Amino acid sequence: MKEIRIHGRGGQGSVTAAELLAVAAFEDGKYSQAFPSFGVERRGAPVVAFTRIDDKPIRMRSQVYEPDYVVVQDATLIDVIDVAGGIKKDGLIIINTEKDAGKLKNISAKVMAIDATKIAMDVIGRPIVNTVLLGAFAGATGEIRLESIKKAVGERFSGKIGEKNVAAVDAAYKAMEAHA
Amino acid sequence: MSSKLCIGGIVEPGSTVINKTGSWRTFKPIYQKEKCIKCGICELSCPENCIIKTEDGYYEIDYDYCKGCGICSNECPRETIEMVLEEK
Amino acid sequence: MSKLTVVEGSYAVAHAAKVCRPDVIPAYPITPQTHIVEELSKFAANGEIGACEYITVESEFSAISALIGACAAGARTYSATTSQGLALMHEVLFNASGMRLPLVMTVANRAMSAPLSIWNDHQDSIAQRDTGWIQLYAEDPQEAADMTPQVYKICEDNKIMLPAMACFDGFILTHVYEPVVLLEQDLTDEFLPPFAPEHILDPSNPKTFGAFADPGVYSEFRYMQELGMSAALKKIETVADEFNEIYGRYYGGLIDGYYLDDAEIVLVAMGSVIGTIKDVLDELRAEGKKVGLLKIRSFRPFPTDAIRNAVKNAAIIVPLDKSISIGKYEGALCTEIKASLYNTKIDIPVLGYMFGHGGRDIPPERIKKIVSEAEKAIVNGITIESSYVDLREELL
Repeated sequence: MKEIRIHGRGGQGSVTAAELLAVAAFEDGKYSQAFPSFGVERRGAPVVAFTRIDDKPIRMRSQVYEPDYVVVQDATLIDVIDVAGGIKKDGLIIINTEKDAGKLKNISAKVMAIDATKIAMDVIGRPIVNTVLLGAFAGATGEIRLESIKKAVGERFSGKIGEKNVAAVDAAYKAMEAHA
Repeated sequence: MSSKLCIGGIVEPGSTVINKTGSWRTFKPIYQKEKCIKCGICELSCPENCIIKTEDGYYEIDYDYCKGCGICSNECPRETIEMVLEEK
Repeated sequence: MSKLTVVEGSYAVAHAAKVCRPDVIPAYPITPQTHIVEELSKFAANGEIGACEYITVESEFSAISALIGACAAGARTYSATTSQGLALMHEVLFNASGMRLPLVMTVANRAMSAPLSIWNDHQDSIAQRDTGWIQLYAEDPQEAADMTPQVYKICEDNKIMLPAMACFDGFILTHVYEPVVLLEQDLTDEFLPPFAPEHILDPSNPKTFGAFADPGVYSEFRYMQELGMSAALKKIETVADEFNEIYGRYYGGLIDGYYLDDAEIVLVAMGSVIGTIKDVLDELRAEGKKVGLLKIRSFRPFPTDAIRNAVKNAAIIVPLDKSISIGKYEGALCTEIKASLYNTKIDIPVLGYMFGHGGRDIPPERIKKIVSEAEKAIVNGITIESSYVDLREELL
């Protein structure tokens, strides 16, 4: 079983990202589960969402404590929350930041940085990074096929918005694939 | 804040002061004093009371609690307040 | 093979309610039940539930009152609620069961305030234990969805005619996205016959429901409700089998077991924690520990005989409760299990634990800790009969 924890702020679409990961993993022929950390959601407040992916049906209902992967939608969270908490030894953290991964202080785990905000502004025209980070996740980890992420994103958002989000997924995937 | 719980979930007033909601911001309002006409619309429209009148009649922004909603920037008739992506 | 789709638990349940063809849905939104009634209001507005009337009532008290009126008039009804909403219905819940109206209501289990909590535990439905409603508890979104047509079939049986709550854990199951088979309309039509009550409110054939009962007859009416509950004991089992025949899915009848046959330590639980426990038991069994799980599906009627039979060879029984009776310091399962074993030849220690109240997460380690405490109690005996296993002493 692979466990993913997504950190973001209310309104950044962390829960949607977790759901779309689950949809995409299922599209790949796997079992999946996505759930929020059930806070009292407020725009801007730190939120956490989780996704599990496995070859067999998933029965576990606890939160994720030892993630294989962590996705951080907003680098300002690093100062507020221990985003690396419990991460597995060979785990990977994907952070949305314009900085170099090596320059991020206080994180011991393996980190890959992506300027998802820039990709979102360039491709979507708004600083909404959740779908961008899904592309980055697929590119960096290889856990989910790019096509499945694109299908999940394309089905969730209709019309022009959907097309732009799919294009952003593509751009992020390519950016990460080059690094991975 | 006391580490012990009070019966009944009873709390003293003012506890939200500890929660510096300024960290929730994605966009930060930048106030440009030279454009300001002191109309006070920004102060009235801020839902968080984060725009504070100074002694000279101009304004400053309380970044400890400003959530970056951008209402002040939107309401200002002189485009005095610019919303910029928060430095990370 | 039925088709799986990744949906939210609430959607799966709303869809299940839809294919049961309800005639009237009076509902009032409340977290974490809201998504269920939102989906149903969309279905109704789109004309996807036939001539169903969706009533936006002004409170849960109105919702349950409208349910009673509609059901008495012969309509199949549905609603969903939780926590304070269910508590607001309390008075009328007795009227529903006393008038022998087979209402079906989903309860998205949530803690009771104060202090305010929107998160999961079982206190809301457990507090309604004595209202005369059937109560079943689901372990995952699929079971919660599948339970919906099952409870209609159970409570509309003319020997039963009692209302039912289909309970599933708020947020943990209402807000999870996972692959679920959405109930097929044709299979549901095959499984669930139309509602055909013997008595209905009809102006051309007037009747009074829930009329006055003096001391000479009141107990007899209450006893007839008990007979209805007794009939449900058998019906819950047969309906689970019939469901399995048509849809190919089975979750147990009144109870279900996991590694139960040779278990020395028997954990007893209801709801979503069942899944976590099963994963932990796979691990502990691999280490050679003889631990098993007794899943309680039906809390009302309480399956006393089935439980006695299931636990009789255990060395210790460990009920795990998401509710507390303050003043007794134990949860409902603990109390009821102990009561079920008294006056029998079964003399097995019962070690109760409460956990997961107000949404506190239940990690696998907590289940392992409980098992290791039970191992010690087998050797040393029980010192504390019931306690919170996840209490944060440092805050007291």
